Amino acid sequence: MTEEKALYNYLIRLGDNALILGQRLGEWCGHAHQLESDIALTNVALDQIGQARLLLSEAARLQAEGKDEDQLAFHRDEHDFRNNLLVEMENGDFGQTITRQFLFDVYQFHLLKALCQSQNDFLKAFAEKSVKEVTYHRNLSRDWVIRLGDGTEKSHQKMQNAVNLLWQYTGELFEMDETDEVLINSGIVPDLNDLRPLWEKEVKMVLDEATLTIPDTRGYMATGGRKKGEHTEYMGYILAEMQYLPRSMPEAKW
Amino acid sequence: MDKQKIYDILESVKDPEIPVLSIADLGILRNVEISDQGKLVITITPTYSGCPAMDTIEEDILTILDSEGYQAEVKTSISPAWTTDWLSEKGRRNLEEYGIAPPSESTTDKSFLTGAHKEIRCPQCKSNNTKMISHFGSTPCKALYKCKACLEPFDYFKCI
Repeated sequence: MTEEKALYNYLIRLGDNALILGQRLGEWCGHAHQLESDIALTNVALDQIGQARLLLSEAARLQAEGKDEDQLAFHRDEHDFRNNLLVEMENGDFGQTITRQFLFDVYQFHLLKALCQSQNDFLKAFAEKSVKEVTYHRNLSRDWVIRLGDGTEKSHQKMQNAVNLLWQYTGELFEMDETDEVLINSGIVPDLNDLRPLWEKEVKMVLDEATLTIPDTRGYMATGGRKKGEHTEYMGYILAEMQYLPRSMPEAKW
Repeated sequence: MDKQKIYDILESVKDPEIPVLSIADLGILRNVEISDQGKLVITITPTYSGCPAMDTIEEDILTILDSEGYQAEVKTSISPAWTTDWLSEKGRRNLEEYGIAPPSESTTDKSFLTGAHKEIRCPQCKSNNTKMISHFGSTPCKALYKCKACLEPFDYFKCI
C-alpha cells in the first residue's frame, strides 16, 4: 500500500468518526433535558462537524478525483464509511450519550495529542487545533459521567446500563492494520498500542470515581467498521437521514 | 498596492456574532499578501473548527474589498492554531463593554485545560463573585456564567 493511499484511508477513518458522531449529537437538538445540555451537545456536534470538514476536505484533495468534502460526506455508500462502531451507537438517554462521548473523548484526546507530533503537516496542524476543542469535550463528558454515575440510584443504574452496552465497542478503537503500519513507519501516526494504556488508565479512574464497574465481555469486542465498512444496523438509518437531501437533489445549492 | 490601506479597509469587517470585534481584533485575519501574479491574497484562520461564521466573514472580506475596487482571494489556514492569546487589548476592552467577559488568562497558564477557571469578572457590575452555568454558550467560543452579585447572566469568551 502506498503512503498516499494509507493517508487517505486514515483521514477517512478520522473524518467519518467526526462526521457520524457529529450527526448523532445533532439529533439531540431541541430534545435535551435542560437548555444548557442541549447547547453543550450541539456545540460539541458543531466542533466534530468542523473537524469532519477539515479531514474530509484533505482526504478529497489527496484522492485527486475532483471530489470535495460534501461529495465524500453525502454521496458515499454505507460500506465505504470507516468510522468506529462506537460512534454510530444509539443516543439512548442522556446518560448513554454522555458515556459514549466520554469513552470516545478520552480516545480522541490521546490520539490527537500523539498526532501533534506527526510528520504530516496537515495532520499536525489539524491535531494542534482540534486537541484544544476535544479537551473541553472531555471535561464536559467526564464531569457528567461522574455526576450521573455517583448520583441517585436511578441515574447510577442508567449509567451502568450504558457502560455495560458500550464497553464492547471500545476495543475497535485500538485496532490497527496495514494502513496504520505504513503510516507508523513514516512517523505520521502513532502506534495505537501505545495509546491504549493511557486510555484505559484514565477511563478506569473516572469510572471508579463514578462508582461504575466495567463489564466482563469475556474478551469479546465488536469489530468491522473501521477496517471493513461493516456497520451496525443503525448506520443505514443515520445515512438515510443525513444523505437524503443531497442525494435526492444533487444540484441543490445553499 | 498599499498593504496598510487594505488592513484599514478590513478593519470594518466585524465578527458576525460579536459586532464590536473586527477580524483583526480577533486574530482571525492572519495575513495580507500580494501574490507573484499581482493578486491580493487575504489569509484568515477559523477560531473553532466548526465556526459557522467563516463563510460569512470570507464573503464580507470579498465584498468590502470589491466595493473599494480590489479583487482578492481569501485563503484559510489552520496553522498555527488560532488561540485567544491573539485577541487584541482593544478587542478585550470592547468585549467587556459589549457585555461579554473576555478570556481571563493566557493559554500558557494551563489551568484552563484542567477545567479550573480563574475568577471571571461580571461585565455588568464588575464583581468577581460569579459562577459558571455551562461550559458552552450561544456560540462554541463562549461559556455561560451567572453573576451572584447582580444576578445577571453573561457570556464568557473561553480561553483556547
